[in-house]
Amino acid sequence: MAARIATAPGASRSRLALLLLLAPALVWLVGLVVLPHLELAVLSLRARVAPRVYELSLNQYRTFVDEPLYWHTFVRTAVISILATACTLAIAFPAAWYIAKIARGRARSVLFVLCLIPFWVSETVRTLGWMILLRESGVLPRLLVDLGITPAPVEMLYHDATILVGLVYTSMLFMVVPLVSALESLDDSLIEAAYDLGGNGWSILRQIIVPHAAPGIAAGSIVVFMLTLGNYLTPTLLGGKNSLWFTEQIYTQFITRFNWEQGAAFGFLLLVLSTAIVWAGLKLTGQHFGAVMRRP
Amino acid sequence: MIPSLPRSPLARSATVAYVAAFFVFLFVPLVVVAVFAFNDANYPAPPWRGFTLDWFVAGTASGRTGLFADAPLLKSVATSVLVACWVTVLSVAVGTANAFLLERADFRGKSALSLLMLAPLVIPGVILGISILAFASRLAQFADDVWGLDLDFLRPGLPLVVAGQFSYIVSIATLTIAARLKRFDVTLEEAAFNLGASRAAALWTVTLPYLKPALIGAAAISFLMSFENFNTTLMLVGSDPPLTVMMYGRMREGASPVLNAVSLFLMVASAAIAMVLMRRPGARD
Repeated sequence: MAARIATAPGASRSRLALLLLLAPALVWLVGLVVLPHLELAVLSLRARVAPRVYELSLNQYRTFVDEPLYWHTFVRTAVISILATACTLAIAFPAAWYIAKIARGRARSVLFVLCLIPFWVSETVRTLGWMILLRESGVLPRLLVDLGITPAPVEMLYHDATILVGLVYTSMLFMVVPLVSALESLDDSLIEAAYDLGGNGWSILRQIIVPHAAPGIAAGSIVVFMLTLGNYLTPTLLGGKNSLWFTEQIYTQFITRFNWEQGAAFGFLLLVLSTAIVWAGLKLTGQHFGAVMRRP
Repeated sequence: MIPSLPRSPLARSATVAYVAAFFVFLFVPLVVVAVFAFNDANYPAPPWRGFTLDWFVAGTASGRTGLFADAPLLKSVATSVLVACWVTVLSVAVGTANAFLLERADFRGKSALSLLMLAPLVIPGVILGISILAFASRLAQFADDVWGLDLDFLRPGLPLVVAGQFSYIVSIATLTIAARLKRFDVTLEEAAFNLGASRAAALWTVTLPYLKPALIGAAAISFLMSFENFNTTLMLVGSDPPLTVMMYGRMREGASPVLNAVSLFLMVASAAIAMVLMRRPGARD
């Protein structure tokens, strides 16, 4: 115990130091993470049989299975999140490549910082921007009319595609940064060698670049997927009443209907889905959770 | 492909066009928000009707309420700042303790603990929010049943918002500070001990100054993340909403350019914080 702290005199003092250091971490993890989630699990597994009398039950999970709206929303949220993650990766990769491999010197650091700037601003502000751009009286529909492409302004908000655009936009940073740092460490001479050996663009991408960037791709995709799945603001504002996002169901049950048992069950389902896909992503790419999360 | 390989001019210009389009995509929403903060119309939409500062300075008498006359909006900014200050102080303090725990101490279960410290980063914010809400309500119920105490801070409100945001922001602060502490050369501390420094003096004059860039970085990130947090806050908020929740409510009701004004204000403030961070080498890792 306390091996390196023991360089100072007194084993009991270093023991005390260890306890003092442990205390805040334990208060945080036990009080704000572990116990609240246990409480959530307990809530989701009980049913009220009389005022303040509860019994163990799977009712909430049964409701989820029986009610098509709920599991449709669940599946829909998962599918759109996977789609958004794939789109974010596809859009971010060439940009990250340009920043890491083609841009040089000052241009490179300026471009990198330019990528970060939009994300220093609140998601609320970014969503407001998209609403002003896309709503029927907004900038883009107006532009389309002025260019003669559409005869009258079209409503571009409240579609699934709008939600997707918003989610991709809001996730971009979390993909670009790990991609740039993974691609920066790729030695140019490897690509030159592959080229000299007769590789073409596609085979170099598949055999050299993607395997090298895999940790960055995994880290970025996991974070983006998780943030997308748990997003509330972007789907509700850009999707309006049609958004059908699972976090919205949780909010409705918990806050609007005050049905905490049902809300807790939904929360748990979302947590399980999120954990399962993160775990599967790590397994598929042979990464370790700790290593991925500690990546800057 | 890389510059040292031959590329056709077409491929070259296609790459540049792509990167340009990418940055347009990133910046158009922000530019639009900023521009319509100055449009002389009651609704943030085209056409352009001329330049005005009404959405910042107009008093209620003119029929338009500018940002600086909009008391509820200003109050929500103040609430956000208050919450962010608490979250920052708590996150940096606990994050520093955690960093020492991870990098200097050795005890059974350490690797499990260090993984658990990362867990809040992969728990969706909405779930962090509802779990803390449910647990706090259970504690409040317990205190009421057993001691007849009415513990107000366990009801939805700012203390719970601070707790909810802290629960995952401290993970980020811990990572930031631990990454720098890892690279610290322990012999510097040993030299200080050999020169007669006490443990506290060595910590204060050698280790903490070395950690300073990471501490500042962690503080800035904590402040920003707290200020911007929406998901966790929405679940835990009581009667006084922070700015993000306030803006969300107003955006659902309809739009007023005063939201553009406050957004522009936020952009300038975030840019200022970003500048401070960028100018400190080493603070970002």
